[in-house]
Parts: sequence; C-alpha cells; structure tokens
Amino acid sequence: MRHARGLNSFYRGFEALLTRMAGLFRVLGYERFEGPVAGVEKVVKGLLFDCRMCGQCVLSSTGMACPMNCPKTLRNGPCGGVRDNGNCEVKPDMKCVWVEAYRGSQRIPGGVEAMTQVQFAVDQRLQGRSSWLKVVREKTEAAGAASKGARP
Amino acid sequence: MRFDDEPVPGYPLPILPGHSSPGRFERVLRAGGFAVTTELAPPDSADPEDVYRRARVFDGYVDAINATDGSGANCHMSSLAVCSLLTRIGYAPIMQISCRDKNRIAIQGDILGGAAMGVCNMLCLTGDGVQAGDHPQAKPVFDLDCVSLLDIARNLRDEHRFQSGRKISFAPRVFFGAAENPSAVPHEWRAQRLAKKVAAGAQFIQTQYCYDLPLLRGFMDEVEALGLFGKVFILSGVGPLRSAKTAEWMRKHVPGMHIPDATIERLKGANDQAREGINICIELIQAIREIRGISGVHIMAYRQEESVAQIVEQSRVLQGRSPWYPERGASQFSHRNAS
Repeated sequence: MRHARGLNSFYRGFEALLTRMAGLFRVLGYERFEGPVAGVEKVVKGLLFDCRMCGQCVLSSTGMACPMNCPKTLRNGPCGGVRDNGNCEVKPDMKCVWVEAYRGSQRIPGGVEAMTQVQFAVDQRLQGRSSWLKVVREKTEAAGAASKGARP
Repeated sequence: MRFDDEPVPGYPLPILPGHSSPGRFERVLRAGGFAVTTELAPPDSADPEDVYRRARVFDGYVDAINATDGSGANCHMSSLAVCSLLTRIGYAPIMQISCRDKNRIAIQGDILGGAAMGVCNMLCLTGDGVQAGDHPQAKPVFDLDCVSLLDIARNLRDEHRFQSGRKISFAPRVFFGAAENPSAVPHEWRAQRLAKKVAAGAQFIQTQYCYDLPLLRGFMDEVEALGLFGKVFILSGVGPLRSAKTAEWMRKHVPGMHIPDATIERLKGANDQAREGINICIELIQAIREIRGISGVHIMAYRQEESVAQIVEQSRVLQGRSPWYPERGASQFSHRNAS
C-alpha cells in the first residue's frame, strides 16, 4: 500500500462529491441508484483496492487494504499465523492483507488510530450493495436529524 | 489454591464480587495466583472415557484445561461436548470457540449451551484456515472474527442480548478470553491487537508458543505502555519440543510458530533431545514467571501430554500449590461429610 495516502485523499474527494449529490438520490429514491452506483463502485474499487463489495467499507480504517481479501475475512487485524516473510498463512504466495494494511495506515493521517477501532460483525445482507450510497445516506440523514433537533 | 467454599464436584462455586464466572480458573487469577493451563486434544472417538483418560494425566498439575475446537482445521469431538463431559465431574475446562466452522447463530447457541453445562471459561478464536486440516474441501464460514465474536459474547453476558437485540432470560456467566501471538509479524502491532481484543471483551489471553524471550519481553513492554496491565490476565504459551527435527518441522508447517535458531541448535547438540526439549521448556517457564504482567503459563504438549506433570513439577511453577482435581475434591468432600 505504497499509495495509501494518495488513494485515501482521492477516495475522500469522491465521497464528498457523492455527498453533494445526496439531494438527487433522495428525491429520486436511493433504491433506483443502487444498481448503477454499486456497478461503478465495484469497478472503481475493484481496480484500486481489489474490493470484495462487502457493502460496509472500512478501507479508511485498514490502511486502504481491503480486509475481505483475507482468506479468513478478518476485519480487526492480522491473525497469529502470518509468516515471518509477511505472507499469508493460508495462501503462502500472497502478502498478508494486514501487513499491507499496517504499512498503509502509517501513510494516512490518523490511519494508525483508525486501525485500533473495533469493527463489529458484518451484516452479510449488504454483500454486493453500494457502500458509497450507504455512507451518503447515513451522513445526510444524520445531518438532517441533527439540524431538526437543533430547531427550537 | 484450596477454596474454603469448595463445592460438590460438578457444582459451580459461588460467584465472588467483581467476578464474571463461578469458575476456579478466574478465582486463581483474581487471587493473584500464577495459573497453569494446558490443552486437551479432543479424541477421534465417541467414547467419553477417551476424554476422561486424556484429562486425568493433568490431575493436580493444572488450573484449567483447554478443549480445542477442530484445531488445525482437523475434525475431532466438539469442544462443547468435551467441556460438558469434563464439567460433569468438576474439571475446569476452557471451551475454545473457532469462527471457522460456525456462523453467529450456532456460536451464540453454543455459548448458552456451554454455560448451561457448567463451562465457566471460553476462548474466542478466529481459527485456522480449512486448507491446514484434513478437510480442505470444506466451506470456511468466518461469519465473525475473534474480535466481533468477543463483542457478541460479552453482550450476551452483560447486556443479556443476542446480536439481533433479542433478550435472553438468563445470561451465560462466563470468563471470556482470546489468543495472541507475540512472535508473529507485524510485531509492532501485536500489542495493539491485544488492546483491541481487551476493548471487545477479552478478560484473559493465552498466547501462542513463545520461545523467543526478548520478543516476549518487548511485547509485554508495549502491553504495559498501552495501559493494559490490570485489565487482562496474560498467560504465555510454552511447550516441550520433542527433537530438533520436530522443531524444524513445526517452524515450517505450523502457522505462526517462531523458534529461534539457537533453540534448535541446542536441541541438536543434546544426547537426549526429548529431555533437552523439556529442560528448555522448564527454563522458559522460570524466565517467564519473572516477566512483569504475566499471570500464568499455557502448556501445550500435543502428543506428549504426560510430560506436562513433569514440567510443572520440575519448574516449581505452582510453588507448592495443588490445583483441584476430581479425586482431591472427592476426598475433601467425604472428609467434610465425616466431620
């Protein structure tokens, strides 16, 4: 993950752009966009991160290395079986996703702290769905709720 | 450690304030004892006597016995069944739970079932990949990983809820643990990972084999720097190496196994390599006992289980303490009845 920092900034920019489109998504209905956005997301993140489309992306907490590529789909750090050369216990020719993640996290501002967050059990229903739309929806809805709550 | 409220074998101890479980293992640790645990390899059999025979070799030498859950992804009797058999006669088992073979529905059911059968300690693991074992054609589940499993287990106990949010009527009273491997890369992140497990609910840690003392000391320094002393009990993994050849094989084939060259050279130079392997283990235990923050040792002696008694005795790790076992309990109980 030598390019973790660049990827992280690009990714943040992209997320901001999508957040700006939230109004459009809301008016026309999120479900309508699910298919096309998930399709684009799959291609973009597939190329950049070898994304597995778990639908609940944690790339920014994993040094921009997709943890779903771990043969055990570990989301909270490396298992105890990492080989001395940093390769995977299950696939000896593959670099351990978490060794990559650890390196990547050191290149992203706040990346090392982000790795210490506990990631809870995944929702398997979200497999194949868009994380981007989920984030945008959650962000705008949270902002909406906050502004409503602030009103006297 | 003899407790004055020792119950009839098979019955739990009263739960003391600040304890999570009615188990002996938690009591020994919280009382400041240096605990000794070991591992029972579940049999490839449906005969309960096979389980009891394997447990008896540890009588009087260990505080708790781990029952592995398909270790190395090989098929054996289930850890839940082994533990249920052991609790029937009063043993203190540590039920290992691996995420490899079961999803969250099955695992939560096992936690309730195990607790109902008197299992007081459970070790939450991710588990080895199926490729490592005798059924590489099996489907790996990994619905959870050890950290998300710990979180779910703790919520079952403390919040009385399944992961779905549904309430349970009686919570499992269990002391939860996890594993860590100070010898695996990235070394500098291992203590952080342990911190994550503690944050998710781990109360005790049993480590993988530690043959490299400087590495272990460095790891413990980081654990201390993260402020984890006093928040978790750490038991260091040790075990006898049968020969230099076995050590080399293990280093190559057992995931996460790190044995320094010096250890292998020492074995090679010995006339009786098996004896030397035991000596190395004894010396390691004595050195580990001096490391600050370590609360016990976990002795793994696969296929040389009979050596555990010798190792415990000669290392004097128990310092004259005699852990409970069914016979001892029985004699004490009859004594109490007679008086």
